[in-house]
Amino acid sequence: MTPDLMEAGAKARAAHAARRGAGYGAPVATGAPVFTQGVALYVEDLTVSFDGFKALDALSLTVDVGELRCIIGPNGAGKTTMMDCITGKTRPDAGRLSFGSNVDLRRLTEPQIAQIGIGRKFQKPTVYEPLTVFENLELSLQGARGVRASLFSRLTGAQLDRLGELLELIHLKAEAERAAGLLSHGQKQWLEIGMLLAQDPKLLLLDEPVAGMTDEETERTGELFLSLEGKHSLVVVEHDMKFVEQLTEGRRKVTVLHEGRVLAEGRLAELQNDERVVEVYLGR
Amino acid sequence: MNTKLLSPRGWAGVAAALAVLLVLVPVLHLAVPPDSALHLREFHVSLLGKILCYAICALAIDLIWGYAGILSLGHGLFFALGGYAMGMYLMRQIGSDGQYRLPMPDFMVFLNWKEFPWHWAVSDSLVAQALLVVLVPGLLAFVFGYFAFRSRIKGVYFSIITQALTFAAMLLFFRNETGFGGNNGFTDFKRIAGVPLNTPGMRVTLCVLSGVVLVAFFVMSRAIVQSRFGRVLQAIRDAESRVMFSGYDPVRYKLAIWTLSAVMCGVAGALYVPQVGIINPSEMSPAASIEMAIWAAVGGRGTLIGPILGAFFVNGAKSWFTVAFPEFWLYFLGALFIAVTLFLPDGLTGLLRRPGGLLGLLKRKPRP
Repeated sequence: MTPDLMEAGAKARAAHAARRGAGYGAPVATGAPVFTQGVALYVEDLTVSFDGFKALDALSLTVDVGELRCIIGPNGAGKTTMMDCITGKTRPDAGRLSFGSNVDLRRLTEPQIAQIGIGRKFQKPTVYEPLTVFENLELSLQGARGVRASLFSRLTGAQLDRLGELLELIHLKAEAERAAGLLSHGQKQWLEIGMLLAQDPKLLLLDEPVAGMTDEETERTGELFLSLEGKHSLVVVEHDMKFVEQLTEGRRKVTVLHEGRVLAEGRLAELQNDERVVEVYLGR
Repeated sequence: MNTKLLSPRGWAGVAAALAVLLVLVPVLHLAVPPDSALHLREFHVSLLGKILCYAICALAIDLIWGYAGILSLGHGLFFALGGYAMGMYLMRQIGSDGQYRLPMPDFMVFLNWKEFPWHWAVSDSLVAQALLVVLVPGLLAFVFGYFAFRSRIKGVYFSIITQALTFAAMLLFFRNETGFGGNNGFTDFKRIAGVPLNTPGMRVTLCVLSGVVLVAFFVMSRAIVQSRFGRVLQAIRDAESRVMFSGYDPVRYKLAIWTLSAVMCGVAGALYVPQVGIINPSEMSPAASIEMAIWAAVGGRGTLIGPILGAFFVNGAKSWFTVAFPEFWLYFLGALFIAVTLFLPDGLTGLLRRPGGLLGLLKRKPRP
């Protein structure tokens, strides 16, 4: 190989690397996730065992970009463990976890996973109780997360506008200056959802988001999630079948987990006629 | 959202504190004749200076305990390290005026040491030792905190480890070979920067300096807890996992405030030693560190001003009790702690801030 050829090759490589997205010369192992395949999350053969008990047993599923996916399953099916793995709280024993086609989630810490765009809502509403609703959202707002930035940061006009929008969206405008601890259970759930949205994540993981909500609140939550479809990918773990019906509108895919594995996948109506599903879950 | 550093009444309080320190104390001690009823006695000036140093510690504890939820039962260690760094310089300042009339500190002569150990290399420089006052507690806190927080040691486990740390350091400093004067520590100081220590002017200077440092630390702490950094700390205290899943790394935040808190204690120790004239390993005893936490708890955590008041209240009471009823001080301290835990979970400031209370001025919002 002559020096000119090597030089030309290096130039071509640099040109490709400068282009956005994956491809020759742009190794995709680092940095922002790439969604050119249309898939937001790959879970492949994920296995987690606690003292010999297999909480997840070679679980595999994918979630598309912009998809709203409901996951159901009896207690102990591994729903929460799966979320723990995706968000970095639990390290899987085996299997692959990829955000977009390139980011290996097993290598990142919880804060890093949150920063690249995966937001998580806990089963029990978790907000910062002594801080006001406004401050709760402000802390969650997308932006620099370092110590120095936090010492000297001031809110910009655009950020204030965004906070106003969010308060409107979660129906807490009137409560903005109240301590979050004084909110009702349902309002706390909404606040936490608002905090997730403030992070502007690409993928939202929602663990029983309507637990403890009134029927009306549940319905409004469903409407909110439906309006997010397309902009974000959503994974909703839920027990409330009525809510799942509302979310799927009879056409979206539902995944049934059982004993750490995907038992079935399909429309809710199909699943309700699936004998295996009926046996482990719906029929009981 | 409150973006003001302090309310107008808060600033008035700061101004009043500075006026008392910079004008009233010097005038009453130096200018008012000793036989006047208004004269501030030597005993009271040094007591005030001492309590001001303790108040800095209480403030430092509040930053980590009140705001970040980290209870340290080992802050006496950082206080003592700052004190020892200053004490080394003061020992060198004695020069050849010690008992043995030799240029080495007495305890080294007694141990038959011919030259200074390595860690005394810069001890004859006030500037260098003042740097060590900040660096030694800061570095130790940083290294210890890095491993503890990275390993996610929390709550009572963390507290116990800090307690063990200060206890281990105390045993180390008790040994003569460590080169810090063993169980006698350092004492018998004569002068600082060539100026005699045991004069009314120097006493007032050190007392006022302690007060000014306290006020400066208070304003700085206030700025910190009002920033987004302060809100992240409170968020970590109440829901650490939520904070992590919001993309913040709690380790860095805890480490930053933990190190700052240790440095504040170190500075307090350095101001304390020339005023009381002695530093020995008893400052590192677990009880000394626990007392600091008591000042903060009695005053009211998470308020900044509360722990300062708590330090004044508890130490004021201690000073009076140990004179009036010497045997009963410890019973009183125990009773005080029980009473605060049972009846005043928000401490003295919680009491004062109740409807019609005095202290609406410094706190931003009521706790839920």
